[in-house]
Amino acid sequence: MPLILSIALTHVGGRFRQSIVSVLGVMLGVGFSIAMAALMEGSQRDFVATLVDAIPHVEVSDDRRDPAPPPAAARFDAVNVIGARPDDDTRGLRNPVRIKAMLENWLPGGMAASLSGQAVLRYGGKDVAVALTGVDPAAHLRVSTIGEDMRAGAFMDLAADLNGLIIGDGVADKIGANVGDTLAVSTSSGAVRRLKVIGLFHTGVTQADDATGYTVLKTAQVLFSRPNAINRLSIRLKDVNSARAVAQRVERMTGYRATSWQEANESLMEVLMVRNIIMYTVVGAILLVAGFGIFTIVSTIVHEKARDIAILKSLGFDQADIRRIFLMEGLFIGIVGSVLGSVLGYGLSVFLGSLAFEVKTNVELTSLPIYYSAWHYAIACGFALFSAGIAGYLPARRAAQLNPVDIIRGAS
Amino acid sequence: MSLSAQTRPPAGAAAPPLIEARGLTRILPGLVPVTLVRDIDLTIGAGEFVAITGPSGSGKSSLLYLLGLLDAPTRGEVLINGHPTHLHSETRRARERLSTLGFVFQFHFLLPEFSVAENVMIPMRKLKRLGTRDMRARAVRMLGELGLEEHVDKLPIQLSGGQRQRVAVARALANDPPAILADEPTGSLDSKSSEQVFQILRKLVDDHGKTVIAVTHDLEMAARMDRRLHLVDGMLADP
Ligand SMILES: Nc1ncnc2c1ncn2[C@@H]1O[C@H](COP(=O)(O)OP(=O)(O)OP(=O)(O)O)[C@@H](O)[C@H]1O
Ligand SMILES: [Mg+2]
Repeated sequence: MPLILSIALTHVGGRFRQSIVSVLGVMLGVGFSIAMAALMEGSQRDFVATLVDAIPHVEVSDDRRDPAPPPAAARFDAVNVIGARPDDDTRGLRNPVRIKAMLENWLPGGMAASLSGQAVLRYGGKDVAVALTGVDPAAHLRVSTIGEDMRAGAFMDLAADLNGLIIGDGVADKIGANVGDTLAVSTSSGAVRRLKVIGLFHTGVTQADDATGYTVLKTAQVLFSRPNAINRLSIRLKDVNSARAVAQRVERMTGYRATSWQEANESLMEVLMVRNIIMYTVVGAILLVAGFGIFTIVSTIVHEKARDIAILKSLGFDQADIRRIFLMEGLFIGIVGSVLGSVLGYGLSVFLGSLAFEVKTNVELTSLPIYYSAWHYAIACGFALFSAGIAGYLPARRAAQLNPVDIIRGAS
Repeated sequence: MSLSAQTRPPAGAAAPPLIEARGLTRILPGLVPVTLVRDIDLTIGAGEFVAITGPSGSGKSSLLYLLGLLDAPTRGEVLINGHPTHLHSETRRARERLSTLGFVFQFHFLLPEFSVAENVMIPMRKLKRLGTRDMRARAVRMLGELGLEEHVDKLPIQLSGGQRQRVAVARALANDPPAILADEPTGSLDSKSSEQVFQILRKLVDDHGKTVIAVTHDLEMAARMDRRLHLVDGMLADP
């Protein structure tokens, strides 16, 4: 064992009980930080997964981010069109077949075209406004998990029924209709059709359950009076984290606005980030407090071992050696605390993950979602070691600067 | 005197003196500056056995700390083997203490957690000139020569004062430095232990050619050394 380390260890050993308390401080700090991070990230991932699962990862809509310049201006630099009025009648994605063909050969995932709009469902004198989406059921199931969320009927039943309607169970509750009932569906275009409820879904996301409905694309096109039109292309990716990049590429290729799920939920992502900042602040504070414990004990040892410091200096240790001894004492406590804390954190995570809860909220939890990540351990231990290093360094520097002559005189 | 004369380099040889002080002055700064030593010039060669005497408070310890590079002079300089040390870095001076100078204080200052042999090995482990096994062998041999063979694995607290002081001497000799600086090494010992320690120092000079500089209150002991430096009020004076 290196000399400096063995000296450091005898010092820590000589203050065994106090050292244990310091180690415990670091251990609890690291342990709770890890468990908290696992829980926070677990719940975040769970939440995001539920969310992302329920929505398309990238949605191509019929807007453009920048209105397309008039063709003449796009072609010739000298042309500048002022006061041009774009024609306003042709909403929707133009030439969907071509767009699909453009994306098909590289897109890492599936896509489905749909036509959405506002519609009002009427049943027994009650009105409910819903976002009605006309889909190709088979294609839609490739980009959505709605098939797994069916409470009654099957999503594919739509394929066989031009007058079929599938609504969220929240909508059904509000309007008082059930499977088998026929509702009047009207849109702002003035079209009205009677559609039969052939299925109910429950995604767990209130927004969806309380205000959406599905029908086949053909029916929707009739209802919205837009034959052959689609206004949305939903894309489901194999890797949800590639959504931003994919959206950008789609947008560049097609010119239509492609919104990644992250962009669509920007404010939510911000909330999550703030949550993480708060978490890491708390973790930092906990470990800082643990650092105070280390500072106290190393300071005590420096004070207690002043004579030894003086003698080591007279024997030929330089300031850096002395500093290293005490820095090592702080780090040693930090390391032992971090290792034990990691074990504690893991244990706590496992324990928390095994607890079962009955909670009825927006998105149900049956047990606490725990996410295990080496990063949590690395960050907590890194922070603990950093604060242990600082806490050891300050007294270590003081020790290194002690004047051996003063101490030797004082002791004689 | 003949002994030290023999071990000194022959006159006219180029070898510089082991320790040299030139105009050495140490003043403690403060509201009322305290002068510890003033204008000390001296040259100490290899194999000398030098006593530093003087009344209490005359600056004996201060001079020893300066010669041992443990303290830095306000003016003047200390040369070790002809090299001025005042421009050395703190690390370089520590290095010099490690390999060239061995200290023995009035109190032993052994590290309480380490065994006797381990204490002796500390300077060796710092210098890293020997392998671990050789270090231990050397420590045990040196302790044996000082009559401590049964105590090598004891803790310092299990030893008597005289025994501890001999361990401190062994530790000072660990890296075989040419010079030993001792500040009242027998000051806290009874007459029997004192004599034992004195004989050890004597032997170091006579048999091993070491230079020993020892501060002592004991004039009778000083008389048995080869050379005497007498300090009065921080200045060298005739004894
Ligand atoms: N830190 C200090 N502050 C003020 N005065 C000091 C300090 N250190 C030493 N002195 C004074 O400097 C003088 C020289 O001290 P030093 O220890 O060198 O004397 P000494 O000859 O070794 O004495 P002793 O025989 O008692 O050990 C003394 O008068 C002492 O009081
Ligand atoms: Mg003294």
